[in-house]
Amino acid sequence: MSLQPFLFYTVAALTGLSAIMVVVTQNIVRAAAWLLFSLAGTAGIYFLLGSDFIGATQLIVYVGGTLVLVVFGVMLTAQGPFVNLKTGAGEWAMSLIVGVALYTTLAVSTLVTAWPTSTEESRLRDERSSTNVALLGQALMGVKEATPQGMVPGVNNVVRVQMSYLLPFEIVSVHLLVVLIGAAYLARAKRRAHRLPGVTN
Amino acid sequence: MTVPFSTIPEAAQNHWLWAIVSVNVLMGFMLASAIFFVWLERKVSGRIQDRLGPTRVGGKYGWLQTIADGIKLLCKEDSIPGAADQFLFRVAPYFAICGTFVAFLALPFGNGIVGRELGIAVFFMLAVLSSEVFSVILAGYGSGSKWALFGGIREAAQVVSYEVPRAICVLIPVIVAGTLNLTEAVGQQGGFFWNWYIFHDPFTFIAFWVFFICGTSSCKRAPFDLAEAESELVAGFHTEYSGFRWLLFFMAEYGSMFAISGIAAALFMGGWHTGLLPWDPAVKLNELMGWPGAILGNLINVPVFILKGWGGVFVMMWVRWTLPRLRIDQVMMTCLKYLLPISCFLLIAICLWQLVIDKLEWQVGGVTLSVPGLWKYGSALTCVMLIILWVLKLLRTRGVSPPGVTGWADKAPVMAGTMVGVK
Repeated sequence: MSLQPFLFYTVAALTGLSAIMVVVTQNIVRAAAWLLFSLAGTAGIYFLLGSDFIGATQLIVYVGGTLVLVVFGVMLTAQGPFVNLKTGAGEWAMSLIVGVALYTTLAVSTLVTAWPTSTEESRLRDERSSTNVALLGQALMGVKEATPQGMVPGVNNVVRVQMSYLLPFEIVSVHLLVVLIGAAYLARAKRRAHRLPGVTN
Repeated sequence: MTVPFSTIPEAAQNHWLWAIVSVNVLMGFMLASAIFFVWLERKVSGRIQDRLGPTRVGGKYGWLQTIADGIKLLCKEDSIPGAADQFLFRVAPYFAICGTFVAFLALPFGNGIVGRELGIAVFFMLAVLSSEVFSVILAGYGSGSKWALFGGIREAAQVVSYEVPRAICVLIPVIVAGTLNLTEAVGQQGGFFWNWYIFHDPFTFIAFWVFFICGTSSCKRAPFDLAEAESELVAGFHTEYSGFRWLLFFMAEYGSMFAISGIAAALFMGGWHTGLLPWDPAVKLNELMGWPGAILGNLINVPVFILKGWGGVFVMMWVRWTLPRLRIDQVMMTCLKYLLPISCFLLIAICLWQLVIDKLEWQVGGVTLSVPGLWKYGSALTCVMLIILWVLKLLRTRGVSPPGVTGWADKAPVMAGTMVGVK
């Protein structure tokens, strides 16, 4: 077995194992730690696919941002019934059925779909574009030569759709700003409007 | 002056043997640097506090002291507190050392001497260094002790907050360079030292200092070292760690200090370029002699870069033993009220510079004066003159002491034979 498949199997196995441990473990902070491993494993899979930029973004956004938030929240609010999570047998049965059904749907649909096979030219083009950040930036701006081209189902030849991703990017940024302001407002220190019983002023 | 060649050929870089070799070399360098830094810290702290530091173990300068420390730490009892979370306590130090070490893979030590040349090198380094915060959080929580928990939470808030101005300050020379690739960004700073990005415009100059402050804070070094605030929290998040686990935290701290200094050296201070030669020795010798010439040229480049990185670490140590520690509210205020707005302003200003001011030039009697050129040479010359003046001021001859006074107190003691106010 050559290096590439070996690395992929190792990283995928570690990611899958961590994901299973997230569900199985009974301590909630340990579940967050296992989630950390599975997110880092996903970043590793991105690196193995040659998408350096996405892998680094996954690390900086998910691992460095989202997961820090999750661990803080989980760590500081883990009281009483949430510290030790024991799942009953009925819940195990239900979730296994749902999980297996979802996995079967995804796996079957992935295998049945006729994905366009990669030609030598498309492989070279993808390698060049995924490691070249300048091309990604140009695609963001809508430069026609840099936007990705590929097969659209139902169309016979390769199509390049010129689309600038800048507007959706800006919309998402404003959305995040609104969410940030809303969260800061919700978490503000509230003025005590009521008096405590028995306290005289 | 971009890199026209790769010292290590592409085919070799993709081979799995190169992966093993480069990882071992980088790990060895990181650990050897850490050994040197432990000794350097003790010597620097000693000298600043007007004492000598280690002088017994290994000759007059105590250079074997670190080895002795290492042996002691290896032989210490491996104790885990009863209330500790077994899994999290054990796994936390490895996050620190892995996060720090992986960043070294993208750091170029010389022209073409890099573990793996990434197109997103500096972004990758920042992303990986940002995962170090988990070592702090998990160590703080998993220790089962209140000192560790408080230290861990404060520390995590500080590290995560300072990542934002740090990333913005890294963006500023990246905008000037036009690439995230560190090898190319350094390659553009070739030639004499006024080509370095720190002299490129006033905004990168300020960005260097802001980046250094934010980098110091994200390495948890003083004056931002609340995690290890001995006077308040015993030892913060690594209170319950002893022996080899504590050594891993320490190695990770020194490693990330070198990584931050390395990024600062590469983006602002010209990386592997000496700054005193008009060309890059590796490029020049490669043109003359081909492939062995590149290796010979890099024999000059690599020590220059390593010395610049070590210089940055030395400055961090110097600042640690000079300035008092900041409180947690002062730390957060510095980040959110000062450094973040400053770095946002610098980002806008550098865009304006690149778009508008960079193109301003006018002809004066046959000589083309341009604003970037004027700033470049002017600021480089001013900095060099200031450094020379400062060194001369340090070396000035001392005045003669008044008669009757001995020792190193330069003024006469107050009560020498007379009483104040009494005849």
